Amino acid sequence: MNNEMTLAFDSISENEGFARVAVAAFVTQLDPTLEEVADIKTAVSEAVTNAIIHGYPEGVHTVVIRSRLTDSVVEIWVTDEGVGIENVRRAMEPLYTSRPEQERSGLGFLFMEAFMDEVHVESSPGMGTTVYLRKQIGRREG
Amino acid sequence: MTMLQRQGGRVVVRLPEEVDHHHTEEIRRQVDRIVREEPVTEVEFDFSETAFMDSAGIGMLIGRHQIMRAVGGRVTVSHMRSQIRRILELSGIQKYISLGEEESK
Repeated sequence: MNNEMTLAFDSISENEGFARVAVAAFVTQLDPTLEEVADIKTAVSEAVTNAIIHGYPEGVHTVVIRSRLTDSVVEIWVTDEGVGIENVRRAMEPLYTSRPEQERSGLGFLFMEAFMDEVHVESSPGMGTTVYLRKQIGRREG
Repeated sequence: MTMLQRQGGRVVVRLPEEVDHHHTEEIRRQVDRIVREEPVTEVEFDFSETAFMDSAGIGMLIGRHQIMRAVGGRVTVSHMRSQIRRILELSGIQKYISLGEEESK
């Protein structure tokens, strides 16, 4: 199985649900379990919400999701060309939030790391951010 | 669509199918208004209809817990599916809000 897709959409909160459902539908080609689908939906939702809230604090811009299926592995890149993150390590610390007034729990990266096998963040201030997510599908128990 | 039902000092919030950043804005607005205007001592978040929640939902619950604690009340949660319970447990929110006795699947 080799397949790839790219999705570009406006950075409005209505698209958070659309984005996670679209990626989940794409991944069904790997015959994932319900739990694996739920894991991917949560991780994508966190990355896309970050792009919409933190990447683009002002105005409506474009968020791009690229996803690739290779054998039984799904890879996902969530990219914005927004403000970027100055200190990626601090941003990924559990409970850290740059927006306490918005009641952000600071658990977004913790959830991404809990539900995916690999999470990488590439970012530079003023240039934008890409979150890379990777998960092996089909490691069923028993 | 979020539904609020008040019975005396208790408000039951019937959460939507998806509790994400997009939907939490509206839930927060509705719950905070009723807590401000009525003598509420318990806010119960009912997850019967909810199939998806991410960290935005956790932020919303912790925020409501802080408001209710400040007025001497409490927040409770009910009818979670295993996926929702898993998210709640992973977040560590059980330090503030009891998740009940049901076993996680």
